[in-house]
Amino acid sequence: MSFDDLRNRLESQLSPEETSLAGMTTDLDENLHFAPGFLLLSSRRLLAASASGQVREWACQPGLELRRRDHAGVVTLELMDAHGRRAFWHYTLGQDVQARRLMDAFAARILELETGQAPEAPEEILCERCQNPMVPGQEECPTCAKALLQPPSTWTLLRLWRFARPYQGRLLAGFLLTLAATAFTLVPPYLTMPLMDEVLIPYQNGQAIDQDKVTLYLGGLLVAALMAWALGWAKTYILALVSERIGADLRTTTYEHLQGLSLEYFGGKRTGDLMARIGSESDRICVFLSLHLLDFATDVLMIAMTAAILISINPWLALVTLLPLPFIAWMIHFVRDKLRHGFEQVDRVWADVTSVLADTIPGIRVVKAFAQEKREVARFREANNRNLAVNDRVNFVWSLFTPTVTLLTEVGLLIVWGFGIWLVAHDEITVGVLAAFLAYIGRFYTRLDSMSRIVSVTQKAASGAKRIFDILDHVSSVPEPTKPQHLERVEGSISIQRVGFRYGSRTVLRGVDLDIRPGEMIGLVGHSGSGKSTLVNLICRFYDVTDGGIHIDGVDIRSLPVSEYRKHIGLVLQEPFLFFGTIAENIAYGRPDATREEIVAAARAAHAHEFILRLPHGYDSLVGERGQALSGGERQRISIARALLIDPKILIMDEATSAVDTETELEIQGALDNLIKGRTTIAIAHRLSTLRKADRLVVMDRGQIVEIGNHDELMAKEDHYYRLYQAQTKQLDEVLGLPPASA
Amino acid sequence: MQTLQLERNAFGQLVFTDASGEAHTGVVPVRAFAITAPDQGLALMSPEGHELLWIDTLAALPETMARLLQEELEQREFMPEIRAIRHVSSFATPSTWEVDTDRGPTRLVLKGEEDIRRLGPNALIIADHHGLQYLIRDRQALNHQSRKFLMRFL
Repeated sequence: MSFDDLRNRLESQLSPEETSLAGMTTDLDENLHFAPGFLLLSSRRLLAASASGQVREWACQPGLELRRRDHAGVVTLELMDAHGRRAFWHYTLGQDVQARRLMDAFAARILELETGQAPEAPEEILCERCQNPMVPGQEECPTCAKALLQPPSTWTLLRLWRFARPYQGRLLAGFLLTLAATAFTLVPPYLTMPLMDEVLIPYQNGQAIDQDKVTLYLGGLLVAALMAWALGWAKTYILALVSERIGADLRTTTYEHLQGLSLEYFGGKRTGDLMARIGSESDRICVFLSLHLLDFATDVLMIAMTAAILISINPWLALVTLLPLPFIAWMIHFVRDKLRHGFEQVDRVWADVTSVLADTIPGIRVVKAFAQEKREVARFREANNRNLAVNDRVNFVWSLFTPTVTLLTEVGLLIVWGFGIWLVAHDEITVGVLAAFLAYIGRFYTRLDSMSRIVSVTQKAASGAKRIFDILDHVSSVPEPTKPQHLERVEGSISIQRVGFRYGSRTVLRGVDLDIRPGEMIGLVGHSGSGKSTLVNLICRFYDVTDGGIHIDGVDIRSLPVSEYRKHIGLVLQEPFLFFGTIAENIAYGRPDATREEIVAAARAAHAHEFILRLPHGYDSLVGERGQALSGGERQRISIARALLIDPKILIMDEATSAVDTETELEIQGALDNLIKGRTTIAIAHRLSTLRKADRLVVMDRGQIVEIGNHDELMAKEDHYYRLYQAQTKQLDEVLGLPPASA
Repeated sequence: MQTLQLERNAFGQLVFTDASGEAHTGVVPVRAFAITAPDQGLALMSPEGHELLWIDTLAALPETMARLLQEELEQREFMPEIRAIRHVSSFATPSTWEVDTDRGPTRLVLKGEEDIRRLGPNALIIADHHGLQYLIRDRQALNHQSRKFLMRFL
């Protein structure tokens, strides 16, 4: 029985005065086999239909509660009362949105029965397709937009037109030049005809050579050659110019798009792979356009023109000459299929090789420290060998291809010779015509040989284009609002309302509620994996929440333009990243227009001024890719100065002091105290001592907030925080060799 | 500013007396933006590496103090300015360059292209294998041959 049948069956059981409040499909049965089922909530009862068509029902009454829990993508919905579990259903996460609505409706109904009042229905705009609440200011539902990603079509190369359009005029000029250049290259073989028939053959038959005719024809040959040279140069130059620009646009657009994608995307991609896509793939497309496609177009034009000329001279001989053409075309098609998968595989394997490099070179200290150089070499060799194996397979087919085309060429020539001699013998054609045919087809067939190359390069370029469009087609999961709202001034109050977040099928956060006053400092505490960093990432809008919403000064952050919103946020991370450049540039990263005085002031406040002055070029000293010349504490102070300079209203510190020793921490602490002043601060710290200044501590455990309060209150509770604190002080005592404090 | 004093003692060290009257021996003037804005923002550092005085520009100081600092800075700073590149041993690094600088002709060994650092559109700083820095203030102003040599490394 299908979902719809079950739904109809349940709905048919409702009495006229009963209204249907919510419904959901359950796509798993009790034993976790895929089977349709349906849950329907009416104003009086909860009805459940299973795959067999069996219907059970529970009347809505006070004390009932629906609970959900999920594990590995399977959600269990349980109906509970005071005595225990009454029923349960399983479903996959796809149905979760419906389920939550059902749960909300059920809870509201029960509450209504208990208190006798209908709760206020929250005014929400729902997406028509997935029934998910929509965010004000957005026209497209974020959940649906995510699901609508379609695989790119195979005609990816045509999509490059988007990048070629700005250069239409030059492309047209290039095409006309190509046409003209090709036409001129076809003149010389044509002139062999009169040269044979009107000059050489008459001479052999005893007539004198006509000087004027010779001058005329040879002059014609020279002019044709010169014109072909000049036009060929012009067309190649213009088209190379255009293709280089297309390639550059493609690269920049891709990089620009990449910068706009959310952290979620980068989390799932390897650096080497992305680098290869933007760097070498776009270059490959560029070479394809400027070289191979141009050659191919020239060849096609040449074949068409030659065919026309040949037919105009002698249709029968032309027919014989062109006979091998469809045969070769078929072969090209056949090999194309064989090679396509091969080349895609080559690309993937090549990205693997680069990825190995990108993984190990930044981590070289770890590799050396654990003496794993041999293993890394082995890993590289393995990737490289895979590359070799894949290439070998492709090359086997590929290498067979060219000799076969050559063979066909020779056979074709043989046929033309044979048929031509027969025609000459029957006085159908002159010797000159045969000579012209042979001259034409010599060019013609050698072009076929090079044309066959287009098979592989088109495939390579197409797979390159596909990989680039993969990036371009990826819609940011942190979409810009269509009707953005703007915040003139930010006070800094943050309100987190029933926030849930799922990463893949794993629920990281659920039902997080927290109100933060402007200027308040919140310390986030909890075991690793309790969801602290995720919560902070959601506040920064590196990801978007799955459920609920985050509001800043009462405005949903999803309705603010992303970059405008992030300007109000200062971020200090555990591992401060310094870009290649001077210290001054690094401090001014968030505000490149900052004056030198402002930079110095920020550095002073971050306690970085003095150590910077001790460097050889002061603020103009270079720091490397990861600021290798500076210590952890120094780098951290530079990143604090960076945050201070943009003067954000909201400050986020993610384990800002965990990477440094206690002494450095004290040094940084002074800088941090300067930073925190007057800002809403959310600090994550593993070391609880760092959070002594926090107004409130928020203890998180397995994706939920379990305790809120200041240090003393939480200690008095003797629960989660107490245990965390005990564990740390005990550790410390053990390190210091003190006897454990007896409680 | 009256109470601030700077003088050179018999050992050639600078002695700075700060506002509280405490004397610091062996103070060092440091430029905060040594390359991009050498005349803006100087600091007097104690031998222990602590900042004693911040000076926005030398011009704002009493003349004697400014002269002393200027002298000290000139002695400490050594960044020859390359006027011409006469010869390079190879276009692959490491490469030995024979150059004319404002402090006379010399040779330097360039370890890698990454030791050439761009400063703005035309200025370059070249570090040799000892870490000594050479400045090219305007590479377009170099002679034709020098520019040709340089182009091979950029």
